Amino acid sequence: MDPLNTDLKKEQILSAANTIRWDLGMDFHDTVIESIYEDASRIARKSVKQKGDKGAYSMDLKIDRIVTSKWLGFPLMFVMLAVVFWLTIAGANYPSAMLSAFLIDYLHPVLNHAAASIQMPWWLAGVLIDGAYLSMAWVISVMLPPMAIFFPLFTLLEDLGYLPRVAFNMDSLFRKAGAHGKQALSMSMGFGCNAAGVIAARVIDSPRERLIAIITNNFSLCNGRWPTQILIATIFIGSVVPAQIAGLASAGAVVFVAVLGIVFSLVVSWGLSKSVLRGEASAFSLELPPYRPPRILQTIYTSMIDRTIFVLWRAIVFAIPAGIVIWLVANIHIGDLSIAQHFIDWSNPFALVFGLNGVILLAYIIAIPANEIVIPTILMLTVLNSGLSGMGAGSGVMFELDSTADTASILHAGGWTLLTGVNLMLFSLLHNPCSTTIYTIYKETNSVKWTVISTFLPILLGLAVCFFTTQIWFMIMG
Amino acid sequence: MSPMNNCETCPVHNKANLIKLGLNMEQVDFVVAMAGNPNTGKSTVFNNLTGLRQHTGNWPGKTVSRAEGGYVYNEKRYKVVDLPGTYSLLSTSTDEEVARNFILFGQPDVTVIVVDATRLERNLNLTLQILEITDRAVLCLNLMDEAQRNNIEIDERTLSKELGIPVIPSAARRKQGMNELLNAIEEVATGKFVCRPHRIKSRSSKINHAIAEIAAKLEAQFPGLPNTNWVALRLLEGDNSIIEAVRSGELGHINASESGKINTGVLTIDA
Repeated sequence: MDPLNTDLKKEQILSAANTIRWDLGMDFHDTVIESIYEDASRIARKSVKQKGDKGAYSMDLKIDRIVTSKWLGFPLMFVMLAVVFWLTIAGANYPSAMLSAFLIDYLHPVLNHAAASIQMPWWLAGVLIDGAYLSMAWVISVMLPPMAIFFPLFTLLEDLGYLPRVAFNMDSLFRKAGAHGKQALSMSMGFGCNAAGVIAARVIDSPRERLIAIITNNFSLCNGRWPTQILIATIFIGSVVPAQIAGLASAGAVVFVAVLGIVFSLVVSWGLSKSVLRGEASAFSLELPPYRPPRILQTIYTSMIDRTIFVLWRAIVFAIPAGIVIWLVANIHIGDLSIAQHFIDWSNPFALVFGLNGVILLAYIIAIPANEIVIPTILMLTVLNSGLSGMGAGSGVMFELDSTADTASILHAGGWTLLTGVNLMLFSLLHNPCSTTIYTIYKETNSVKWTVISTFLPILLGLAVCFFTTQIWFMIMG
Repeated sequence: MSPMNNCETCPVHNKANLIKLGLNMEQVDFVVAMAGNPNTGKSTVFNNLTGLRQHTGNWPGKTVSRAEGGYVYNEKRYKVVDLPGTYSLLSTSTDEEVARNFILFGQPDVTVIVVDATRLERNLNLTLQILEITDRAVLCLNLMDEAQRNNIEIDERTLSKELGIPVIPSAARRKQGMNELLNAIEEVATGKFVCRPHRIKSRSSKINHAIAEIAAKLEAQFPGLPNTNWVALRLLEGDNSIIEAVRSGELGHINASESGKINTGVLTIDA
């Protein structure tokens, strides 16, 4: 058979099908589907017997009526999320302290002694131990415990069947923003870790809506940023209100920032779906699955392997070179000042317009691997820059203090005000994703363009928000 | 489910016959596809067979890309492909396209259809659509424990006779029914069990006539095509990806003798 003839025959088949299709009429497709349903229903009738009442599902229905109700749905969701976060933050404190006691307080000096005893050059020891090792130790001790608690808890909620209800509740909000209802799921996952949230956006079929979910995931305040929020709120917000309500006020401020993140998520989704990612929200059917008792051990295992270790590994890979950079900028001197101090002096005038300072800008640039090391880097740079003596652990060595009061005094000495605190909280919400997330976005989208947009869009928003906050502040305060 | 411990002598229960291969899938003898509605426990069954720990979760749409694993049973090597869960195979979404293309072009030796025993009627819609495409399938009647809790009784024999394929009740989360499933897969793969899959009966004679007409033409052009009637119906419905497959001749690569060995590029859905 020559190829031309074959092609002709194929086209003949297709055109025959076209002709017959017209004869079959408009409702042809429906009748085909109906015939499938009819057969399915007949077979089911023959083989299925329902004895007595419907049993457990009536219970499911009752629960659903509560958790997806108009009035209780949202409050219950926030309570559930709040409980998960409280367990994460409270539960992570102890193991975090243990890890940090071992890796930072014990092993770090041991390594330093070892380096000294083999007469390693000071700069090499600095780069390797104070830079690379310490940064890795920080990331592990601050990141591992909360993730090891948050992800299993989240996965348990998933296994139980609660997550589809969250998507169900949030669906109309996201739909109005031109996004996919399942974005609620990737958004919630982002509260744990944005990199995991970006991966979770895979559940969204439509590429347009999936991109929106990926780009806006960074507006979910991740685990790495909660401690920053809590610390800064305690120092700056808590101190301007009477002591009795200080805790409540700072907690309220943190929740406000988190909710602001959700608002930004919706607004930016809306903006994207009206501009570069134009389109209608696609309809999807989401079956509410039955509630099932979660399998605890298996859940812990899979969430550890699939999420915790995966994300932690990526963070470590990025933290090591960043630690080296952090040490180098604090220790390489040009003239009298280190590179870090040059940058801080140079960027200060610019940063002050936004109510921030050069230290914060530099910290956010060099601590890009993980939001967890932003505060230690800020403290180190502040001490370095303001020449405080008797504080900290030496130039280029990140540290954190046990007492909030000591941290506060360093920051006040660095020229921080309530406005700086507020702006740092806003900027911590609205800035570029960490490098782990950026890399994940690239992996998921396979596009430099969207990775760049996801990276810089939040920075621009953050600078704009800080700018207006600062200007309005000055207008009011005169 | 009937008590299982009184048939220890039966070869079905000889666990030693199973070696979970995880990701090691070289030189497979048979390819098994796992299909089914979302949230019926496909990934759980998949994990039980392959020893892998593909993430499972109680919500629809968990498996977003194709997962693959392998096992050895009675000295034969099997590759298992966990397809995304779908409600139909009409190809209205990426998931449906991935699942359908694999069953159609990937030509698995056996397709395991995992269904939710508590929602059998709805799940049968997909089952019947799969049986239109492939001849060799096993129905895994999963979540039997939930069905029991809800006082639902299913007559497996009637169901098996109606569908023309083996029906295996299971509770994958408790690892129940997995050995029976392995055995059924083997029987279908080796041809010990010959499936006589249910074909849609309630179509009008007019439609049947139209299908026959196109099918005859297809048969002439693509001899050996195992599911001419289904392809004819899709052409009549104006299904673009099938029209494209006819035009490109991709359809011609499908025939019974080469089953399971074709590696088409249609399955990558990385965005």
